[in-house]
Amino acid sequence: MSDVAVGNLSSAPASRHRGFARGEQASDIIFRGVLYAAGILVLTLLGLIIILLFQGGLPVLYAFGIDFFTSSAWNPVTEKYGAVVAVYGTIITAVIAVVVAVPAAFGISFFLTEVAPPVLRRSIGTAIQLLAAIPSIIFGMWGFFIVVPLMAAYVQPALASTLGVVPVIGTLFSGAPIGTGILTAGLIMALMILPFITALFVEVLESVPPMFKEAAYGVGATTSEVFTAVSIPYGRTAIVGAVMLGLGRALGETMAVTFVIGNANRISASLFSPGASIASTIANEFPEAAPGSLKLFALLELGFLLFVLSFIVLAVARVLVRSRLET
Amino acid sequence: MSLMSRNSMRAFMLAGSVAGLAFAAPVAKAVDFTGAGATFPAPVYAAWAADYKAKSGDSLNYQAIGSGGGQTQILNRTVDFGASDAPVAGDKLAAAKLLQFPAVIGSVVIIVNLDGIAANQLKLDGPLVADIYLGKITKWNDKRIADLNEGVKLPDLAIIPAYRSDGSGTTFVYASYLAAVSPEWKDKVGVATSISWPTGNGAKGNDGVAASVKNSKGAIGYVEYVYAAANNLVTAQLKNKAGKFVSPSTPAFQAAAANADWAGAKDFAASMIDTPGDTTWPIVSATFILLPKDPAKAEQSLAVMKFFDWAFANGGATAEKLHYIPLPASVTARVKTAWESDIKDSAGNPVWKK
Repeated sequence: MSDVAVGNLSSAPASRHRGFARGEQASDIIFRGVLYAAGILVLTLLGLIIILLFQGGLPVLYAFGIDFFTSSAWNPVTEKYGAVVAVYGTIITAVIAVVVAVPAAFGISFFLTEVAPPVLRRSIGTAIQLLAAIPSIIFGMWGFFIVVPLMAAYVQPALASTLGVVPVIGTLFSGAPIGTGILTAGLIMALMILPFITALFVEVLESVPPMFKEAAYGVGATTSEVFTAVSIPYGRTAIVGAVMLGLGRALGETMAVTFVIGNANRISASLFSPGASIASTIANEFPEAAPGSLKLFALLELGFLLFVLSFIVLAVARVLVRSRLET
Repeated sequence: MSLMSRNSMRAFMLAGSVAGLAFAAPVAKAVDFTGAGATFPAPVYAAWAADYKAKSGDSLNYQAIGSGGGQTQILNRTVDFGASDAPVAGDKLAAAKLLQFPAVIGSVVIIVNLDGIAANQLKLDGPLVADIYLGKITKWNDKRIADLNEGVKLPDLAIIPAYRSDGSGTTFVYASYLAAVSPEWKDKVGVATSISWPTGNGAKGNDGVAASVKNSKGAIGYVEYVYAAANNLVTAQLKNKAGKFVSPSTPAFQAAAANADWAGAKDFAASMIDTPGDTTWPIVSATFILLPKDPAKAEQSLAVMKFFDWAFANGGATAEKLHYIPLPASVTARVKTAWESDIKDSAGNPVWKK
């Protein structure tokens, strides 16, 4: 869903057409019509999906009302459904992913644009693009079979004995090291959104006018000072937008998260404990949701929620990214 | 569809056309029939379909989309039959004019990951397993586990329960067992294809649960026997209703099928959970087929019934090779009687005739 947001798709080249207006032929009119139809198709599809999800989820709103958004129950036996656990898991894992990925993306992108020799720049750039090409199911399997045992054996015990003993934030890193859970899901997602955020950061940093940087170097600024005092402030809005795009991507991630999140409808203070996200809940429950059941409606409503959540994040991101790149 | 089955199909068609040329006799037209639903029996349906196609030329297109999906598809009549792991409620069947019958039997086994514990060495009983999944027993050296396993050294290790995160017939069967042996489970958790688990962590599919158990020491999980047998997982013994400890094995599952009350069961939904008998494995269940009682295309429904008739008679060995349990002959006879009496074409005549 979020892939669409990259690049500037909507700049209208209307002015260029005017020159042809006089000699316009039938084929041209037909061609234009086909193009219009293609454009409208996207809008229609998007509209239909929203309507379907909204309508599909309505019965659950009739049944539970506003409670659906405040209840943490997800019990197919008693047919009590609530969205809180899934929404919480979705947001927390996405936030962990962004918190981990953004500093790394800053490092990589600044290295690529300012420091790296051309040979390294090309090979690292290609490697990052390849990372983006790995299907999410591969990340999921790799996460489940390789990362989860490593998390259980080394990372989680290490975190528990260091950060875990710090007051207040200690509870975040406590509990049995099972390997799966919110933290692992967030880390895997960080890796998945890293290439995406890095690519946008590189674009932003490259748009910084060389004059500004040269002026800074000219008055004796160091590389790190140029980075923090010139490049980042110049691209601030677009950088925030890029982070939001990464967040939007992380919100809807399904396969990899389902593999490693632990799939438990519980909220726990510890990041080691299993949880659920909207996408993982839908992936898990949909195939066995009986026709006409409240569970099916609840899943559709969850889908609608995810749609709205992603839509808001991506809309904000687009506004922020464009505001800078277009000027 | 495997390449082999396609090849054998081609060989068959070739043979058929040669025979047709030689004798100019009419060759029966091959029927393509479709089914959709449960994933658990999909491997055995596929194996049967390949054999059956080689024999009759009719081909089954089965989509393993999950029991819920199978029910939706047969309700909308977009397939010739639906398949569901959990039996469908009687009133729903009646409203949708569907006949439900069992196709094959499977069982659920308990797997563990403990150092020094071999397959079928650990002994557990139902209430104990329920309490583990309720989060009331949290250590492997708990007195209640130790009492059942004298002479076995159990570690001071946390129990990590694993369960199926996806809605599945396996969970339905397993939860049915826990509800049958533990009143607390019945009250607090209940039975469904996916439930609100009080503790543990979920993984997708049998392979997910198996890998989850393999990943962490002290884990316990449940998978279909088909999967445990094929992957040599460390299974545990269970105490059955007669108070005897049994290891999961084909004879123990057959004992459960033989001891179930098929005559008294409505819509063939006979429970094989915690059935009596000294050698009975307590977690056994059938997987079901849903067939319209008023088929729009009688010849398609007939093809379905012919297929299962063939499978009941000739598919036993294939099923056992894949670790499924064929239905007892007394049950298949009842199924055929139900076909004859319940499934009528548009003129009101029975579609199935002996």
